[in-house]
Amino acid sequence: MRHLPARSAVAAPLGLAVAAASRRLGRGSGSVIGGRVTLALDPGALRQLAGGHALGLVSGTNGKTTTTRLLASALATAGPVVSNQTGSNLPAGLVAALAQAPAGAAGALEVDEAWLGHVVEEVSPVAVALLNLSRDQLDRVSEVRSLGARWRAAVAGRPRLRVVANCDDPIVAWAASAASQVTWVAAGQAWRLDAGGCPACEARIRFEGEDWSCPSCGLARPRPEAWLEGESLALAGGGRIGFRLGLPGRFNRANAAMAAVLAAAMGVELDKALEAMATVGDVEGRYQVLTLAGPRPLRARLLLAKNPAGWSELLDLVSPPPAPVVLAINARVADGRDPSWLWDVPFERLAGRPAVATGERRRDLAVRLRYADVCHQVVEDLVEAVRRAGAEGTSAGSPDDGGASATVDVIANYTAFQDLRAALLARGAR
Amino acid sequence: MRVVDVFPDLLGTYGDGGNAVVLAQRLRWRGMGAEVVRAPSGSPVPASADIYCLGGGEDGPQAQAAAALAEDGSLARAVAGGAVVLAVCAGFQIVGATFAGADGRPRAGVGLIDVASRRGTGRRAVGEILVEAPEMGGLLTGYENHGGVTELGPGVAPLGRVLAGVGNGTGGATEGAVAGRVVATYLHGPVLARNPALADHLLEMVVGPLPALADPDVEELRSERLAALGRGWRRRQRTASGGAGEGRRHGGRGVPLAPRRGDHLEAR
Ligand SMILES: [Zn+2]
Repeated sequence: MRHLPARSAVAAPLGLAVAAASRRLGRGSGSVIGGRVTLALDPGALRQLAGGHALGLVSGTNGKTTTTRLLASALATAGPVVSNQTGSNLPAGLVAALAQAPAGAAGALEVDEAWLGHVVEEVSPVAVALLNLSRDQLDRVSEVRSLGARWRAAVAGRPRLRVVANCDDPIVAWAASAASQVTWVAAGQAWRLDAGGCPACEARIRFEGEDWSCPSCGLARPRPEAWLEGESLALAGGGRIGFRLGLPGRFNRANAAMAAVLAAAMGVELDKALEAMATVGDVEGRYQVLTLAGPRPLRARLLLAKNPAGWSELLDLVSPPPAPVVLAINARVADGRDPSWLWDVPFERLAGRPAVATGERRRDLAVRLRYADVCHQVVEDLVEAVRRAGAEGTSAGSPDDGGASATVDVIANYTAFQDLRAALLARGAR
Repeated sequence: MRVVDVFPDLLGTYGDGGNAVVLAQRLRWRGMGAEVVRAPSGSPVPASADIYCLGGGEDGPQAQAAAALAEDGSLARAVAGGAVVLAVCAGFQIVGATFAGADGRPRAGVGLIDVASRRGTGRRAVGEILVEAPEMGGLLTGYENHGGVTELGPGVAPLGRVLAGVGNGTGGATEGAVAGRVVATYLHGPVLARNPALADHLLEMVVGPLPALADPDVEELRSERLAALGRGWRRRQRTASGGAGEGRRHGGRGVPLAPRRGDHLEAR
């Protein structure tokens, strides 16, 4: 173990002991509660534990867990890695992860958007990736634009910090432009409803193709140093690196681009970083395909989206009609108590697919689907919802292998995803 | 029928675009033509439309929207010419005389109705809200999320009476405002999705009486929301009146929480 000042040396192992006890009691991985105990005993624990680690932070509304996972796989090519892979992205989760880090391990850490400034201050990272900012959890009054201002303050005045930023998101670009060293990556931002007003001066931003600019103050899309082109990552210096991913979707290729450039800022070569990412097949159960055995095996691909921008990306990813789709919605505290955002999601794109609405707020969803002219049923039980969709798939098209029905795409928001995955696993899905 | 979604880039924070969708679809399902026009800021507001929808927004965009609407003038002219307005949340404050800017100081609204909004002194009103609005089809269910309070002028009637939640927040349990053909409310976001009777009321102001529409999905949603709110509401009523069930027998408080006739839309 590394040499820690006396207080942290006591506090961190005690936190680990609490975490182990919490696991034995069957209360989840225990990581956060252990971190909380450590922080309560020693408020400086995060700063102390981060010492001696080269850390890369990842923040943004969407894609941070996946990008962090991809970054961890890239950094692992060079040595031991510490990462908060359970998505515990508040200080307690970071403390819990760092408390178990091998000496000198490089870090891939996911950080909640609202906590980025505090964490940067505490851990002095080598590099930070800023992915995107859009509306999320409507009942929390965390205005997208004020988050952008906090990010701007977080990266300003740190001459040694390397920021890797998405130049396609005007709010991110404005925030990152305060940093001394920025590498711009064109990671895309199809969601533009939160960036209509210039973050610097409030004039209306003009979007033209992939370019954007503010006619009033001159804020404009920075020229990217890396962007996606076909199956490759293209570089402003002239190179192109072809790469494959185990994860689906163009937005995950953009996450990989961000992770690779961040890894490069931490000393891993770009092509090695991208190659390492190919082995990532699922992230905390996201994108995982689970099979329920039975006379007609049923396969479900699990997709997680938490907000309109995330849903919009996944609606483009799901199998084309007449493949069925399951949609699961909750509105607990972790999801945001107000499901009004369902009306920001372009569910009209699902037309032609039989849909099954489930989750605690399935009735709000059903009304939304009705107005979107999407044929749907409403099913309370989560596993039954998947079975119903599977049956729809079988009747809609021929089974694609030996009696198994087609793979059912399941899109769920945060707690609905956890519930649905747990329910499938409990019924023996593998 | 033309429905304009006014400044979705500034006043669309809470899924507010849904209201225009609901209005148009409910006409289409009855075999009539309807068009939704999304009118972003920075371009002129369409002058000739039947219904204008204004939604919720953050402080900065709200002030921008009010200034742009006042300068543009199309909305005020359309209302003078008989257009219907649904103004929700920040939109409610904008159609009034004044509202609080990001700095807390009063800003000029568009002045379509005689209401004045200011910053509230208490906690922000966030959560489910239930409103009794007999003129608007019975019970309105929704979600509110606002820090402002709104005072109604003498010529303005409330949309309804708050049974649970905060509403206008000035005492007297009033919610929303109705003056002429302007209907305003703090039930934010896609309020018409949960309250089809209110949607039909707005449509009927334009096209006259409409046939009923069977709507099993929305009936189930309303039952669920009323039941979910009813549990907490009854509990609060009991606590307030000091006896089990007492609150329900108080005159005017005994509003049935299960959907009743008028909540249901008859099958065609
Ligand atoms: Zn500007």
